[in-house]
Amino acid sequence: MTEKTPYATRPAPDLEWLRSLRNIVLYLARTPTSAFGLLVLVVLVLAAVFCPLIATHDPYLQDLQNTLAPPGGAHYFGTDELGRDIFSRLLYGSRITLTIISLVTIVVGPIGLFVGTVAGYFGGRVDMVMMRLTDIFLSFPSLILSLAFVAALGPSLNNAIIAISLTAWPPIARLARAETMTIRKADYIAAARLQGASPARIIWRSVVPMCLPSVLIRLTLNMATVILTAAGLGFLGLGAQPPMPEWGAMIATGRRYMIDSWWLVTFPGLSILAVSLAFNLLGDGLRDALDPKQMNRR
Amino acid sequence: MAPIHRRQFGRFVEQAGSIFITLFGLLILTFVIGRIMPNDPVRAIVGEDATREVYENVYRQLGFDRPVWEQFLLYLRDVVQFDFGTAIRTGQPVLTDILHVLPATIELATFAILVGAGLGIPLGVAAAIKKDRWQDQLIRVFSLMGHSMPIFWTGMIGLLIFYAGLGWVGGSGRMSQFYIGLVPERTNFLLIDSALAGAWEVFWSALNHIVLPASLLGYSSAAYITRMTRSFMLDQINQEYVTTARVKGLSANQTVWRHAFGNIRVQLVTIVALAYGSLLEGAVLIETVFAWPGFGQYLTSNLLIGDMNAVMTCVLIVGVIFIALNLISDLLYRIFDPRTR
Repeated sequence: MTEKTPYATRPAPDLEWLRSLRNIVLYLARTPTSAFGLLVLVVLVLAAVFCPLIATHDPYLQDLQNTLAPPGGAHYFGTDELGRDIFSRLLYGSRITLTIISLVTIVVGPIGLFVGTVAGYFGGRVDMVMMRLTDIFLSFPSLILSLAFVAALGPSLNNAIIAISLTAWPPIARLARAETMTIRKADYIAAARLQGASPARIIWRSVVPMCLPSVLIRLTLNMATVILTAAGLGFLGLGAQPPMPEWGAMIATGRRYMIDSWWLVTFPGLSILAVSLAFNLLGDGLRDALDPKQMNRR
Repeated sequence: MAPIHRRQFGRFVEQAGSIFITLFGLLILTFVIGRIMPNDPVRAIVGEDATREVYENVYRQLGFDRPVWEQFLLYLRDVVQFDFGTAIRTGQPVLTDILHVLPATIELATFAILVGAGLGIPLGVAAAIKKDRWQDQLIRVFSLMGHSMPIFWTGMIGLLIFYAGLGWVGGSGRMSQFYIGLVPERTNFLLIDSALAGAWEVFWSALNHIVLPASLLGYSSAAYITRMTRSFMLDQINQEYVTTARVKGLSANQTVWRHAFGNIRVQLVTIVALAYGSLLEGAVLIETVFAWPGFGQYLTSNLLIGDMNAVMTCVLIVGVIFIALNLISDLLYRIFDPRTR
């Protein structure tokens, strides 16, 4: 019992991919565009964590004496139609953005992994049914499908997150399936099977860890879309509800005062643009860093 | 000849089967989403203070007392007969409504794809030629920028600058208020209608109004087209015939546009067809900003009053358009690429 079975020498993935993760980050930091992306994300996280310290005002505090004040010393980005400080609201809004991103990731990752690995591992009819299902979800633009889901569930931030998650898993599933197909025939899987491991155990212990890195990268790539969809839902009044300082919803209310008070829509929009651009640039960099085919071309 | 035909026929049958299954799945999806709504559809129709009797009547009329599978079959029957029910807001059949508003969106999307392809293809080619130089980086940031902008916000800022500030373009809507109702509706494509009627002032007004939303929408789709063009072009540039052409004395520009470009045309057509479909998504948001009376605005206005029947029909139609575009891009590929014949 004490001796280790010699043939179960699956490469220990943990350490190795930590090291490659460090290499990737170093590579990204060297490219100016992806470095910008990394920087914006660091700022976003810092803003979300420390917003009570940085914020100059209470984001919900109304000051009807001082509505629609232009940007200046007292209010860096001005105030909105209820006299609330826009700078502070943007800071607190970063928490909502981060919540959306992390919740969608937590929901979408496992669903995509489950569908993809199971379909890829079993193949045949299971594969056909599951991939057909995935294709049906893929045959909609994600915003339209999320709209339909939120309309059915009722408008709220949580429902928006559910709706986005329901539309964001198919690409992950496709990717996990492709990864599974390439390792399904590997020796260590066969070894596990010969030892009598159940399919569930093999998928969980041997297949999922191998799919994880590429799935995580793909999730990062999708975040720009997730952010834009969430903002779009907020803009249409289907996402976060007032008085929450969600960026898309802030633009929607600011729209009425746009002509005279440009700052109401400009700053939330720039925030959305910055974060979504950051994810796009980062994703672009990641693709270059990890796709060997692209590497050769560069 | 004959075996090739048979193989093509087999592929056609396979594809038709897979489209049929996808369509069926689409119907199940719209049916299920339509059913999970927490708000009561019967209440929405009969109003708050209807008697119990009226309520029960409508409840039965809509078939809610039957088992779910029977309801689904009824839904299927209606869809096959193109009967999508009546919209609460307009009191007209949903399909009539949608066919009425769709041309406005198609007009917008077509202009947008012209902008997107007109911007994306040359930029992609240029990026491929100047690979890894500063021009490449600049093009990358420029196109990703368009992809990262929340389109509803860009629309507002665009209106603020080019309409309110500079006065270069028309504001919201498809034409100036002044001209509404002047041109008889024939195709409901405003540019075509006004040209047919010879109302050139209306035509110019319409053109003036479409430029801004279409350009912004097109810019947002240019990123995808640029990236794909760049990568297709890089594949070509690395090949030997390009070197040969250069050795023969052709300039870099001539080589790229005369030789390499011809070879990526097919791939580009399919990419543009797919990008056209994703414009629908942006259209939903930008139509809201520009008060553009199209499909997107119809969808969102029905969403806000909770008319699920109209909403789900819109969703179904978007799905069908998507499937159709996929099919078309596949077909175009086969028609234009001699190797697939």
